[in-house]
Amino acid sequence: MTLFSLDHLSVRRAGKSVVDDVTLSVQAGECVGLIGPNGAGKTTLMRAALGLLPHEGSSNLARLPLGERARQAAFLPQNRDIHWPVTVDAVVALGRAAQGSGKLHAEDRRAIDRALARMGLADYRDRIATALSGGEQARVLIARALAQETPLLLADEPVAGLDPEAQLRTMQVFADLAREGRGIVVSIHDLGLAARFCTRLVVLHHGRVVLDAPPREVLSDPRLSEVFGIRGFLADTPDGPVFQPMAVTR
Amino acid sequence: MTLRHIALLLLSLLVMALFLASLLIGPAALGLKQSVMALLAGEGGPVALVMQEIRLPRALLGLLVGAVLGLSGAAMQGFLRNPLAEPGLVGVSSSAALGAVLSLQTGLAASFALALPLSALAGAALAVLLVLVMAGPRGGALSLILAGIAISALAGALTSLVLNLSPNPFAVMEIVYWMMGSLADRSMTHVWLALPFMAIGCGLLLATGRGLDALTLGEDAARSMGVDLARLRLLIVLGTASAVGASVAVAGAVGFVGLVMPHLLRPLVGGRPSHLLPAAALGGAAMVLTADIAVRLIAPDQDLKLGVLTALVGAPFFLHLLWRMRGLEA
Repeated sequence: MTLFSLDHLSVRRAGKSVVDDVTLSVQAGECVGLIGPNGAGKTTLMRAALGLLPHEGSSNLARLPLGERARQAAFLPQNRDIHWPVTVDAVVALGRAAQGSGKLHAEDRRAIDRALARMGLADYRDRIATALSGGEQARVLIARALAQETPLLLADEPVAGLDPEAQLRTMQVFADLAREGRGIVVSIHDLGLAARFCTRLVVLHHGRVVLDAPPREVLSDPRLSEVFGIRGFLADTPDGPVFQPMAVTR
Repeated sequence: MTLRHIALLLLSLLVMALFLASLLIGPAALGLKQSVMALLAGEGGPVALVMQEIRLPRALLGLLVGAVLGLSGAAMQGFLRNPLAEPGLVGVSSSAALGAVLSLQTGLAASFALALPLSALAGAALAVLLVLVMAGPRGGALSLILAGIAISALAGALTSLVLNLSPNPFAVMEIVYWMMGSLADRSMTHVWLALPFMAIGCGLLLATGRGLDALTLGEDAARSMGVDLARLRLLIVLGTASAVGASVAVAGAVGFVGLVMPHLLRPLVGGRPSHLLPAAALGGAAMVLTADIAVRLIAPDQDLKLGVLTALVGAPFFLHLLWRMRGLEA
């Protein structure tokens, strides 16, 4: 089942093309890693796809009314804002707002519990979110997006700045969700984690899709080093492919 | 029962007590029983006249003005995600003041009882239209602040111009006194004029709770959770304009209530904007009722202005809060 489809999506800002004619679809069960150097258009692509930016072409999500969109797709923005001193539980509960009338029902409470458990935050429930460390806050915000329990999850650099355990845990949760039949689109700079946990990688360069294939193919493609300006070491392990950037090539 | 519920209950009791105190304090020495009887029975004697025509409107306006200032301050801070935001930021207060000043200057204010508050409301309405046009359709916070600041500055400049060019020193004095904010000598007519606008404004602002909660995580996150930011901003701007415009129209500029109250109450009811809204309304009512009682007790013969007192108490208090926050952030 197609959860996410972009058809000739373009975004122009100040006369400059930031996302250029992207056609892309994501099926249930896929964990798609969106990779590309800084400024490749990853964030803009996600925001436009969600209807948060004016765009040309079409996105199945942006066409939906706001409420329905929030029930189809959860979005984890790159900037990790928690503006007021609220409890972890209250932050994660915000993820349920899209689903209901504003009152939390038993099903909402269960979704919140599941999200907290998945992110290893069950004991953090009553802590004040703004008093936590940056990495802990990031996990709380991921739990908020998980609590939305949507068929599709778009996460913009969710593991940036996290410790190795939290990085692995987060990516493992995304891989698990995909196996459970949800669709994941995750932008990520760590090509090693992308290789290890994604079922497919989409390489964005100057706003265009350059490569779109399983991790092993993408990471062994010579065009990768053109895009990133690096060469890396790719190996197969029983846990899946492993990729380690080695040297700058330009 | 959580700390928040206890805080709300205590605030409600405090507001009730202050409302009664406001009814019982004034230059005419009236006994407690006598006052209450006169208020309720409503016989035409002088005591009933004092209670119904002087003290009741004053107490009611204190309650209403304080509540809308506290509520709109909390809503504005929630929407802009900035603890320094206050209701005047969208330009409504200064534009309402300009409307009032123009009516004082032109003599319109003297022509009929409601001329001044109606001019102030017209000023507020004009400001809100301008702000909405200037801020554009997309519902962002930054464009709203900038438009609000520009319109505040313009209204302030025009007010200064009126004062500057005024040929009549008495009009200037009247304008300056009016701008200091007061609840003295208001009638039930003022209450009836302000009440519908304040009720509509409060209704709109109280409907923003869920959207403001979601905005805690930023604009993108809020929109992706189904919050229509353009609609939310419209509720905030129209609600603030209606409630604060009416407040300025009947009481002049009463500063610092909308800024200080959300700060003071956030530690008690938690940071969630939706929880803060009703608490800030009660807190604002308590602050204005207290200040209005204080101006009557401190200087009964001097006509100390309400807005002067709230700023005089509010500003040092705000400094104290900042001092404490500074310690926490270090």
